[in-house]
Amino acid sequence: MNKIEVKNLTKIFGSHPQQGLKRLKNGESKDEILDKTGMTVGVNQANFSVKPGEIFVIMGLSGSGKSTLIRLINRLIEPTDGEISIDGESITRMDKNQLIEVRRKKLAMVFQKFGLLPHRTVLNNVAYGLELQGTDKQERENLAAKTIEDVGLKGYENSYPSELSGGMQQRVGLARALTNDSDILLMDEAFSALDPIIRKEMQDELIRLQSKLNKTVLFITHDLDEALKLGDRIAIMKDGQIVQIGTSEEILENPANTYVSNFVRDVDRSKVLNASHVMKKPEVLVTYKAGVRVAVRKMEEVGASSIFVVDKDQNFKGLLTIDDAIRAHKEQLPMEDVLIDNVQVITPDTLLNDMVGLAVEAKYPIAVVADGKLCGIVSRVSILSGLVLGKEREEVMQ
Amino acid sequence: MNYFEFPLEDITNDFVNNWLLPTLSGFFDQISVILRSFVDAVTNVLTSTPAEVIAILLIALAWWISGKGVALFALIGMLYLGSVDLWTESMQTLAIVIVSTIISVLIGIPVGILSATNSVIDKTVRPILDFMQTLPIFVYLIPAILLFGLGGVPAVIATFVFAVPPAVRMTSLGIKQVPGEVVEASRAYGSTPRQLLIKVQLPLALPTIMAGVNQTIMLALSMAVVASMIGAPGLGSIVLTGISQVNVGLGLTGGLAIVVLAIVLDRITQGITNKVK
Repeated sequence: MNKIEVKNLTKIFGSHPQQGLKRLKNGESKDEILDKTGMTVGVNQANFSVKPGEIFVIMGLSGSGKSTLIRLINRLIEPTDGEISIDGESITRMDKNQLIEVRRKKLAMVFQKFGLLPHRTVLNNVAYGLELQGTDKQERENLAAKTIEDVGLKGYENSYPSELSGGMQQRVGLARALTNDSDILLMDEAFSALDPIIRKEMQDELIRLQSKLNKTVLFITHDLDEALKLGDRIAIMKDGQIVQIGTSEEILENPANTYVSNFVRDVDRSKVLNASHVMKKPEVLVTYKAGVRVAVRKMEEVGASSIFVVDKDQNFKGLLTIDDAIRAHKEQLPMEDVLIDNVQVITPDTLLNDMVGLAVEAKYPIAVVADGKLCGIVSRVSILSGLVLGKEREEVMQ
Repeated sequence: MNYFEFPLEDITNDFVNNWLLPTLSGFFDQISVILRSFVDAVTNVLTSTPAEVIAILLIALAWWISGKGVALFALIGMLYLGSVDLWTESMQTLAIVIVSTIISVLIGIPVGILSATNSVIDKTVRPILDFMQTLPIFVYLIPAILLFGLGGVPAVIATFVFAVPPAVRMTSLGIKQVPGEVVEASRAYGSTPRQLLIKVQLPLALPTIMAGVNQTIMLALSMAVVASMIGAPGLGSIVLTGISQVNVGLGLTGGLAIVVLAIVLDRITQGITNKVK
């Protein structure tokens, strides 16, 4: 079952939202409605679902409705139309008390401007969610102290938010969200107000915590690089509408329209694509058993100067060069003796960016190895083409 | 310009004499009794306690809250009040200030909270406050006398009318000024409106609310002379005597005593405001 399910979610700001809704359903655009009625369409019939344990990123420029959208999920803003359900339970039809209960137990939120209570210490900020639920003081402070330690702020329990740097304040915000032990984290531009280095640190922290705690995360950002880095799937918003939903590769490789392709054109592909995207199936392979003679012939067939060697279970063993193979053949040596087994290997999720340095130094193709098995090879050519080709493809589209 | 006759004077008098007084005089009498006993109790405590004890308490309070300088000023001020023989009058004035401030705070802060959270109440309250602040004081002295007689009680009522607006306005302002993202965060974590008010809005609005209370006290004190015109005892009546006898010296003596009280009270409440920040 999906953790969060959103159907036809719409928000219209203005005096007669129902009237605006009718126009919207008749196919009038956001601009037309603004011109004719003065009402602003915040979110326009958004549909998406978030799976348990997923980081789902909603990306859009300012004014695209993404911050409105996330506030509709916990009804900080009341939807005009549409349906939201969490764990199969309709949020939109809940009364006030049920809603408060869901906010307390299921949805924790992290804010762009942190939203910390300035008159409370770090400890009391982090324990705030539990305090609202009426948790016993001792218990909530123990739990809060634990999450404060988890986010790396041990020792700051009795500081006030104003005494901390932005990055530390957002760690407090994150700790507050985690202390509640909600399944879902709503993160509204959570890292946008931070310096680039701190931001990267927090992104890594989020990934680390997420893999440990397996939360479902709905993450809002205007930064495509951040979206591509964090998102298992990404929804791109424009003018209140979701224009594309997909994994980072899908969005980079198959932009739904020119808006998205313009968006992704300047992406640093080397930080998004990884070895699994550019590797080729290893066609030139040889097993121990086949022997040196077979290896030489295979190299000859494809015109290669080296060949990868695996055992019968496809476990990666090493690299055999043509020179070594001929030497082994002449001197009647077993293949093991001439095998280069300390060659550079990478995993499928090694980023292109990290492979460039290897490619410069590598004399031979690089082996991609997962769990000991050879799953592909990457040549210098494929690294370079991975960096360049995507861009050209977009240019062709236009 | 008189296109039609508007006998507001007759209507009002008719309303007051034929409806308000007969119907509600029992109610006003009751308020009057309660207020009188309140004012009397505070006045009694202040006047029957030895002057030295009150002076020392006040100086200590000034020292604790606002520091040495204010404490020194309070000492000099108290010595002045004693040496011009106006201690009892000062205490009578202080009693009326205290009672009307307490009533203003008890009514003003809740109204301020309501008007900050409810736009209908806000729109209703605001013109009423404007009315209270701009209507010449003497105009509501007349009904105050009619309804509550002479003495301390109508003085407290008139002072309340004049002094309550800042308490309401500053409370409302303080709550509205609480940063939106803090309120939003609290709601996102499932606070009830009551929890939001008690745990977030009031603590963060407190400095502004205290500034309002400070203004209320100052306005209450500035009503001392007017209050004495409807029979309230205290420093105001000294000034009033000075005016009626064209006695510059007496007027100044009483006036300075009011200033002394005002400065001491102002510094102490400002000190509290700074402390809660």
